[in-house]
Amino acid sequence: MKEILILMFSAIFIENFIFSKFYGCCPFMGVSEKPSNALGMGMAVTFVMTVSSAVTQLLYTKVLLPLGLDYLKIIAFILVIAGLVQFIEMFLKKFVPSLYNALGIFLPLITTNCAVLGAALVNIQEGYTFAESVAFGFSAAVGFTMAIVIFAGVRARLRFAEPPKPFRGMPIALITAGLIAMAFMGFSGMSIG
Amino acid sequence: MDILIAALIFAVLGAVIGALLAVASKAFEVPVDEKAEKITAVLPGANCGGCGYSGCAALAEAISKGKAPCGSCTVGGDEVAEAVAEIMGVKAEKTVRMRAQVMCSGTLDKAKHKYIYEGIENCIAAMQLGGGSKVCPNGCLGLGACAQKCPFGAIEIVDGVAKVDYHKCKGCGVCVATCPKHIIKLVPFDSRVYVGCMSVDKGAVTRSYCESGCISCRICEKNCPTGAITVKDFVASIDYDKCINCGKCAEKCPRKVIHFAKPEVSNGVKAVADSKDRE
Repeated sequence: MKEILILMFSAIFIENFIFSKFYGCCPFMGVSEKPSNALGMGMAVTFVMTVSSAVTQLLYTKVLLPLGLDYLKIIAFILVIAGLVQFIEMFLKKFVPSLYNALGIFLPLITTNCAVLGAALVNIQEGYTFAESVAFGFSAAVGFTMAIVIFAGVRARLRFAEPPKPFRGMPIALITAGLIAMAFMGFSGMSIG
Repeated sequence: MDILIAALIFAVLGAVIGALLAVASKAFEVPVDEKAEKITAVLPGANCGGCGYSGCAALAEAISKGKAPCGSCTVGGDEVAEAVAEIMGVKAEKTVRMRAQVMCSGTLDKAKHKYIYEGIENCIAAMQLGGGSKVCPNGCLGLGACAQKCPFGAIEIVDGVAKVDYHKCKGCGVCVATCPKHIIKLVPFDSRVYVGCMSVDKGAVTRSYCESGCISCRICEKNCPTGAITVKDFVASIDYDKCINCGKCAEKCPRKVIHFAKPEVSNGVKAVADSKDRE
């Protein structure tokens, strides 16, 4: 239990997907105009990443590894994650329309998101067990959500700032992201356990 | 041999996922309202929110269920109203195309300022500091909160007062809701005359801070042939249902607060003149 808590803490803060691994930078820059949108995106990622971590871990250990097909894991994972997201989308549309309205437009965006695939691959690389994989997938996504919501909040303020003309828009957003990433480097000095 | 097994496994995996999705798409099928989809297709798709719904798709759904009239889209005008009515199988009612009008003529050289504002470039922020830098409590602050919100890029700031480009304005009303001074109004697109002041101070007070403010002298009221213009709360206002665009009020106004666009004049109000040609 202690190991899993350490794993989760480290996935959220120390090895944050955005600020230290640079996975999922595309939605991070693209869907961070408004805090509400950023939260929706973060929830969708959390949902998909947790489920896909579980499914891909099972697929790898129960199907690919026994058959000696582990070298094809990337293709297999893309296929399964894409199918899974489609399935979840249809399921939500039918049975949980309110959640579908909140997450709906973000779900197709993360079908082939690198953060989702990245979480699945890290699980395999680190040799996590099933429980560890789910915990890692969930907490990495929580870290992503935290990062994108913080960033959206900063960007909401940036809109009223007056940086020099060449820095307006995306450039100042990228610089801000870099500064937040540097702040998060403070966590890497922590020793836990 | 290995490669065959790999290919087979992936073929099976693909087939299983494909079959699962195919079954799911049937099992989880949500009946989509065809009318709503068709209506969404004919709506302008700007998602401006001028109709009061959260976007074009939301309005389409409301229309298809009969909760909103066919001509609810202020942006689309008659054309869209007809197309929507055709889908719904009813007769279209006539819509009046509107445009936004900033009811202030207090440009930088005409209106007095209390202080020099150097804060965030936004009227809503400036409002926090004693209601903005203009002395007039109902004057355009000229910091462009409306221009930032306009989904059609139709507003720009000229001489410290917001100016609507009538070619681009679709009359959605987003600026009307945004303006913290509430001095933007929707007027009929074909109207050529407007009162460029909303100051409710007494004449002498208005005169003290703005060269082009309404001093409620009532000359316009006396000269209007149809009684469309009335002075209330020390400011003139026009009832566009009665106004015949004769321009007498603008001619007589001693402060030049009432603006009138003659059909042949084309200084920025050409669209209004054009609209007469269309008829």
